Amino acid sequence: MTSRVRVRPARVKPARVKPARLKPARLKPAPSTILAIVLGAGVPLAFVGVFFAWPVAAMVGRGLFVDGALDLGGFADVLARPRTLRLIGLTIGQAALAAVVCVILGLPIAHVLYRLRFRGQRMLRALVVLPFVLPTVVVGVAFRTLLREGGLLGALHLDGTFAAIMLALVFFNVAVVVRTVGTSWEGLDQRQEEAARVLGAGPARVWLTVTLPRLAPAITAAASIVFLFCSTAFGVVLVLGGTKFGTIETEIYLLTTQFLDLRGASVLSVTQLVVVVLVLLVAARARGRRTAQRRVSSTQSRRAPRLGDLPTIAVTLLVAAFLALPIVALVLRSLQTADGWGLGNYVALGGTGSRNALVVPVWVALGNSLVIAVQATVIALVIGLAASLVISRRPRSVGLRRSLAGFDGVLMLPLGVSAVTVGFGFLITLNTPPFDLRSSPILVPIAQALVALPLVVRTILPVLTGIDGRMRESAAVLGSPPWRVLRDVDLAIVGRPVLAASGFAFAVALGEFGATSFLSRPDRPTLPVVIFRLIGLPGGDNFGMALAASVVLAAVTVAVIALVERLRVGTMGAF
Amino acid sequence: MTAISESTALAVEGVTVSFDGSPAVNDVTLTVAAGEVLGILGPSGSGKSTLLRSIAGLESLDAGRVSWHGEDITGVPVHKRGFALMFQDGQLFPHRTVAQNIAYPLRIARTPSEGRVAELLGLVGLAGFGTRRVTELSGGEQQRVALARSLAAEPRLLLLDEPLSALDRELRERLAGDLRRILDETGTTAIFVTHDQDEAFAVSDRVAVMVDGVLRQTGTPAEVWRTPASAEIARFLGYTTVLDGDAARVVRPLARGPVALRPAAVVVTGGGRGVSTDGSREIPTDGAPVAATVVRSTPAVEGSRVRLLVRGIGEVDGIASAQHPVTAGESVTVRFDDAGIAELP
Repeated sequence: MTSRVRVRPARVKPARVKPARLKPARLKPAPSTILAIVLGAGVPLAFVGVFFAWPVAAMVGRGLFVDGALDLGGFADVLARPRTLRLIGLTIGQAALAAVVCVILGLPIAHVLYRLRFRGQRMLRALVVLPFVLPTVVVGVAFRTLLREGGLLGALHLDGTFAAIMLALVFFNVAVVVRTVGTSWEGLDQRQEEAARVLGAGPARVWLTVTLPRLAPAITAAASIVFLFCSTAFGVVLVLGGTKFGTIETEIYLLTTQFLDLRGASVLSVTQLVVVVLVLLVAARARGRRTAQRRVSSTQSRRAPRLGDLPTIAVTLLVAAFLALPIVALVLRSLQTADGWGLGNYVALGGTGSRNALVVPVWVALGNSLVIAVQATVIALVIGLAASLVISRRPRSVGLRRSLAGFDGVLMLPLGVSAVTVGFGFLITLNTPPFDLRSSPILVPIAQALVALPLVVRTILPVLTGIDGRMRESAAVLGSPPWRVLRDVDLAIVGRPVLAASGFAFAVALGEFGATSFLSRPDRPTLPVVIFRLIGLPGGDNFGMALAASVVLAAVTVAVIALVERLRVGTMGAF
Repeated sequence: MTAISESTALAVEGVTVSFDGSPAVNDVTLTVAAGEVLGILGPSGSGKSTLLRSIAGLESLDAGRVSWHGEDITGVPVHKRGFALMFQDGQLFPHRTVAQNIAYPLRIARTPSEGRVAELLGLVGLAGFGTRRVTELSGGEQQRVALARSLAAEPRLLLLDEPLSALDRELRERLAGDLRRILDETGTTAIFVTHDQDEAFAVSDRVAVMVDGVLRQTGTPAEVWRTPASAEIARFLGYTTVLDGDAARVVRPLARGPVALRPAAVVVTGGGRGVSTDGSREIPTDGAPVAATVVRSTPAVEGSRVRLLVRGIGEVDGIASAQHPVTAGESVTVRFDDAGIAELP
């Protein structure tokens, strides 16, 4: 009873005869505490409400209401189109397939990177996480370079095929499985496996009956997140898929920008939203089951490689090569100019491209990207930290705890809701006072912050909920008022994760394309927008410039992630 | 003892705390005098930690009040009570060094810390450990640091929640002695919660026994030890057998009520080694040996623990010294040792 679990069911106060002379006394929370909770929950809620829920609701409303009356006819109409049906099937099928492939490839890698110990392990870990933060446009360009006629893998004739999209999706998301399953695996107590072996189970049986069941929640969570990312994939599918292949997300983009069919777009948005919410519920359930496990420190669970580890090591090296290949191809091709090898493509970044494809030189776009990403990071960090601090509280009342869990879920939504929906929603809602922001430069960082927000929360929150409540109580008993407990315990412990989260958010904001492509003003484009524009206008130096610009963007991202990796925060990139 | 007098420092009156509608602490009243160390002894789940947390201000009360030198502090928030609470696992701050952990309450109180930290490290036997990381310390060292941190701001009342329970036996016994010495040297008023009676008796001036959320008995360690208030408390204190009626009077001819026996109260004094059962002896009077049959014998550190079928009593636990090795089925004689016998009300 001494190690009392701090999470208790609510008190139900029965009618009770109280001693007459003593009146019941309760500790009332100080007004400052209430203020802190209101600010902590209110600011993130207001932010998500105004900049996410409202625009999305407005988009959805366009589909559901015709002339002010509810009309579900649009659904039947849009969903009956053969093209729509095909794309919905394609989206779900390709996301499911990608999730399965990522799990199959990710498990052996997670074993090698989180259960073994060898030289060069940290570099491998960094390489595996890298694709996840690479800008989608860069990945699209890299894969096209790799697969097109004359590319390193040109002989396979994969350019413009379903396989090419699948390869790119796996390239992006294998990191999600590796990190999510790996951090969970790292904390598993080896003695359970040992107990099973002593009882006579062979290695395969031990893995299937003891290890796998304990990893299952992490695998489910990772797979559902991969599914989510793949089913809303935008930039990479747009670059690689051409007209033949697409997702609901690219279709929303086409319907809004090319055909101006807002009703069709919003019907698809609703469909996507339903799928996303379902998948998020699965992921949240899996996360909830996982926290019940006792964890050991990674120094106890890791060992030197043995001969039996060869298959998993082989898979890891093969996948590492696969992850490095597109990047290598991209860098090599960017150094090729019409006159042979050279830095010509990079020199051209100072200009605006052939046929004046761009409004500003690429370097200026890079500057824009950096400034906007910093702004987005600050917003995402402030909102994410405040929200995490509130969600990590464990109030006694069941109702309050449920609403905190719901709040957590709401913050995850931007992860899966179409960035295109959000971007377009911004345009149709934030154009009237008091939120007349359509021409304001703050709109792009806000949209990017929304995309980064779930990643910030998922990096910080597990660390905060991992703090033993009695540590806060210790500080309080030693004389710390609540604000000081917050500073000396919560904020002190979460310092490094916050730093890591900000680097992560910065990298993600830097590469954000879906919403940014809608919102960035022509005279102030970001680097991904410029790259997409350059690919769209081939000829002359433009494709070479796109490659060089992609390398620059990737290099900045890599540098940021390399710094963040040094902080060794396990929760980063894990779900 | 519940009378509130001049020397009373802490008074807890009619305190009830419930979770889920069922009381974990039920109408508890107790006092602690200035400079006194009160041990709260009880089995797991008896509500003793909840009581301690209520005194610290970490639980809100359903009823009752807590006062300090007559001043009602029931509504005073945790950090303004001037108490300190030490947990079973120390709860040191992992991101601070040993010295920074100990200096923590000093910084809050804005008192200069350097000399004081060194002094406290010396007091708990960890001189020179100041710059270490707390994650590098052993369990015993962590608890010493936690104690130093708790004492740093000279708390008006020190609350200790099973501070030694997570440690191994040898270390626990040594630290219990150290703890008593440190509390004496610093003159600290303290409440000490434990489920281990040896620890409670070694550290406390007075012991309160808590069962099912209710304080059942309070007294000096010797009083509680000699006269447990009920069979339940006796069992918790290590008395393994409770006898009533005629059986009780075999052990204590003048006993008016039930009698509780520890294994050490029933000592094998004769027989054994090949003596066969005949069962013809009379029931003896006071102090004389009684016939018994060995049911079971288990080796112990000294001699053996035995289960005996004693004439006129039934089965009881006893001990046999190394000089009287016994095996199951043998007939022996036993003698009762008063030091291991308690009369119950």
